[in-house]
Amino acid sequence: MWPDDRVVRFVSENFVPARVHVKDDAKEFQRYGTRYNAQWTPTILELDSDGVERHRIEGFLPADDFLAQLMLGRAHMAFKEGQWAEAEKRFREIGEKLPNSDAAPEALYWAGVARYKASGDGAALKETARAFTRQFQDSTWAKKASIWK
Amino acid sequence: MKIDFRHDVDQVLKDAKTQKKSVLLDFSAAPM
Repeated sequence: MWPDDRVVRFVSENFVPARVHVKDDAKEFQRYGTRYNAQWTPTILELDSDGVERHRIEGFLPADDFLAQLMLGRAHMAFKEGQWAEAEKRFREIGEKLPNSDAAPEALYWAGVARYKASGDGAALKETARAFTRQFQDSTWAKKASIWK
Repeated sequence: MKIDFRHDVDQVLKDAKTQKKSVLLDFSAAPM
């Protein structure tokens, strides 16, 4: 997943990247592994600028799914900061660029929520529920959105 | 292309706060 050029570009453009190796950085691993409850490797965390965990990826993923997870985390970060328009844009980019990734259904769901948060208009949720009748019908996220119909 | 990972996590967190940037923290056991 790390050698993929798209992943390298995305990380370089959006994060300060740090690595704690179980053996080679043993003291750091003990300290930060405890602080962030990293019980397994690989565990990749997206932290905000205050060091607060905003997204967690555990276990290996192929490049497309890994990139989608990184994008999802960055979108959730904007969402948690109340940047609704930016969050929606980031969520929708996942569906546009990586529609077959495992993160795509979750991204569609949260894009709808972000639009609703920005507008207060329930139509954003209804439209999202309708979108789930056209794609990702068997996903957990389609079930979650089904109540919005 | 490769990612220039840093290992000085304390300093990374300080730099991220100053620069208002997010941090990607990778806990790894892969051969380096």
